[in-house]
Amino acid sequence: MLRRLYHDQPESFAFLPENLKWAEAQITKYPAGRAQSAVIPLLWRAQEQEGWLTRPAIEYVADMLGMAHIRAFEVASFYFMFQLTPTGSIAHVQVCGTTSCMICGAEKLIDVCKDKIADKPFTLSADGKFTWEEVECLGACANAPMVQIGKDYYEDLTTDRFAEILDELSAGKVPVPGPQNGRFSSEPKSGLTSLKDFDSGKTQYNASAQRAVDLGDTVKRIDGTEVPILTPWMKGKDAVDVAASKTATVPPTAKPAPKAKAPAAKPAATPAAAKPAAKAAPAADTVEETAPEVLTAARAGGADDLKMLKGVGPKLEQTLNDLGFYHFDQIAAWGPAEVAWVDNRLTFKGRIERDGWIEQAKQLAAGEETDFAKRAKKDKLYD
Amino acid sequence: MLKDQDRIFTNIYGMHDRNLAGAKARGHWDGTAGIIQKGRDWVVDQMKASGLRGRGGAGFPTGLKWSFMPKESDGRPAYLVINADESEPGTCKDREIMRHDPHTLIEGALIASFAMNAHAAYIYIRGEYIREREALQAAIDEAYDAGLLGPNAAGSGWDFDLYLHHGAGAYICGEETALLESLEGKKGMPRMKPPFPAGAGLYGCPTTVNNVESIAVVPTILRRGPEWFAGFGRPNNAGTKLFAISGHVNNPCVVEEAMSIGFEELIEKHCGGIRGGWDNLLAVIPGGSSVPCVRGENMRDAIMDFDYLRGELGSGLGTAAVIVMDKSTDIVKAIWRLSKFYKHESCGQCTPCREGTGWMMRVMDRLVKGEAEPEEIDMLWDVTKQVEGHTICALGDAAAWPIQGLIRNFREEIEDRIKAQKTGRTGAMAAE
Repeated sequence: MLRRLYHDQPESFAFLPENLKWAEAQITKYPAGRAQSAVIPLLWRAQEQEGWLTRPAIEYVADMLGMAHIRAFEVASFYFMFQLTPTGSIAHVQVCGTTSCMICGAEKLIDVCKDKIADKPFTLSADGKFTWEEVECLGACANAPMVQIGKDYYEDLTTDRFAEILDELSAGKVPVPGPQNGRFSSEPKSGLTSLKDFDSGKTQYNASAQRAVDLGDTVKRIDGTEVPILTPWMKGKDAVDVAASKTATVPPTAKPAPKAKAPAAKPAATPAAAKPAAKAAPAADTVEETAPEVLTAARAGGADDLKMLKGVGPKLEQTLNDLGFYHFDQIAAWGPAEVAWVDNRLTFKGRIERDGWIEQAKQLAAGEETDFAKRAKKDKLYD
Repeated sequence: MLKDQDRIFTNIYGMHDRNLAGAKARGHWDGTAGIIQKGRDWVVDQMKASGLRGRGGAGFPTGLKWSFMPKESDGRPAYLVINADESEPGTCKDREIMRHDPHTLIEGALIASFAMNAHAAYIYIRGEYIREREALQAAIDEAYDAGLLGPNAAGSGWDFDLYLHHGAGAYICGEETALLESLEGKKGMPRMKPPFPAGAGLYGCPTTVNNVESIAVVPTILRRGPEWFAGFGRPNNAGTKLFAISGHVNNPCVVEEAMSIGFEELIEKHCGGIRGGWDNLLAVIPGGSSVPCVRGENMRDAIMDFDYLRGELGSGLGTAAVIVMDKSTDIVKAIWRLSKFYKHESCGQCTPCREGTGWMMRVMDRLVKGEAEPEEIDMLWDVTKQVEGHTICALGDAAAWPIQGLIRNFREEIEDRIKAQKTGRTGAMAAE
């Protein structure tokens, strides 16, 4: 299905500070060099923050993950949950229209949308509060018919109840999601036919509704403060505690950093050129840092393939080149102060130590092979 | 009927304590380390002996699938990827596991990963399940806090990390190789096989992709023994199974039952019967949208398992998502809606599917209205045969089968409609 970017795009995008931290935490789920895996969660968070997915947001996420813009755009246009046009200020309403819901009355729910929101899907209602679309099976078939409003499933609907829900939302209220006919979750509505032996008394809401009720305002834009950012898998590993790290990393910029000009030793001088940087200004609680030796170009004989360092992909290699590093021996010569300097200019704090660049660089500079380099060559990882 | 003490998912409706303490009280996470200490081969053999067939639709034996993973690592890590991209129309069972009984899945992930030499597993949950994702993540965090995940998980000596990843609304990502592509941050377009994921899957490493339910039943099977599990259902169709019944029954629900339960018993016991009685039953799709529909009268005595539904009725158990349609249903339109679904969800990679799904939907469109020639029914049949089997993944087949089921079972319905449209008469044709 052909999906295009909206004609009217905002100037810029940047993650709010909490969302940026959340995004960095997501990246740690994937092996080194596989940050691209995080593209869907990050694009989704961008959409949660803005309500729809803008071009600057797609490019921002692509830069953050070291992806070509077109690769992120492919993802954004392939997956239908990414809204490429502006959505209602309160909520985007998604009516499940596939067979189970259809035979249980989904078409009448669509009529309610046409009546109360707009004649056509993806069109803002007159008051700008809602948009709607018919979506394919949402996977709550035993609770048909149902709609997803914002993030929540409203199940076992009648047209009257659905219209009421839209009115309540319009009036600034947030109706409790879940089944709307008195059911708890997906049990038979006439009463339990199984699992009676285990009865330990009901909790008030099923798990989905409970989370929505706990959150309260379920249709608000997400700023990252809603759910704690936990990265329990990082525990006991000698990595930075991403969640706790207060040091805002330098957000990726739309423009490549100025070519190989050694930035002054102050973090403020990092290429903060692009607008996204403005919001998450680096409040670096700086370790004593010293500018390492940099080059304006690779020495005769050409640059080393820095991608042979575990943890350095094509994007990071470009960044390193831009900073003035072309050779393994340059990296091998870094001390802690130089590492701190470079660290403050990379998107991923702590990576140099975590992936052991210095040791790898020493080996590679000495003409030895590392396990990773061997494998990368063998598997043609970067070809 | 299955007794409560033989049910694996004892909190499937989420009415009881959903956190770790509650799960432990219901017998989960009991002796996990002991199970793991019995070794990989023991686990795989037990799973083979249990006769568990994959719960994601294809019904491939789970133990056998695990045994395809390399015994010794060649330096590459191995991965378990759990397919929680539940998007097959009619299917809503994994959602209940993940939000209400998540510890069955988490414990299963640990044991299964150990059995395939994987130190990391990813759960790929569909993007729309947002609250379910939060609930599952909370359960994972809880398990980490309790030392059940992470280094020396559950005291077993096995280091294990479990990551939750999500999609963004593409049915095709339920196909295992498309899922891997998506997990790598690309468009969800299926890969050619071979190489199979067990040889080169996620990040080019050995990978096994299993459905949520297949993994979530593992700990209980290993605790209670394969004989116990194999004791339910007919031979080759072992175990208990979550059935999701939707559509025109009095009480649609998700319920765990023994395999090979009779359709009538399933509907009467749990769903309060067919809306308007058994005579009002028109058709049933017994296994999710991808399997052909069955006429109501053939369904009443049907046995709900893989072999009966495929062998006797030319349909399939699929994900055991039972869509029931009574006589108020426009069956042609119901199947047309599935055609629309497949057209929408075709990833566009293979021409027969990309073009064929649209073509089939447009013909179905006219059949719904009766604005067609009778020959077009056969033409449509031919097209489904040209799509089927000619694509990289099974989405082409899945798009073709519902239409084939419709033509096989309800041809006269389509013909009547065309005739009525031509003669300008509606209703019964008996007077002719």
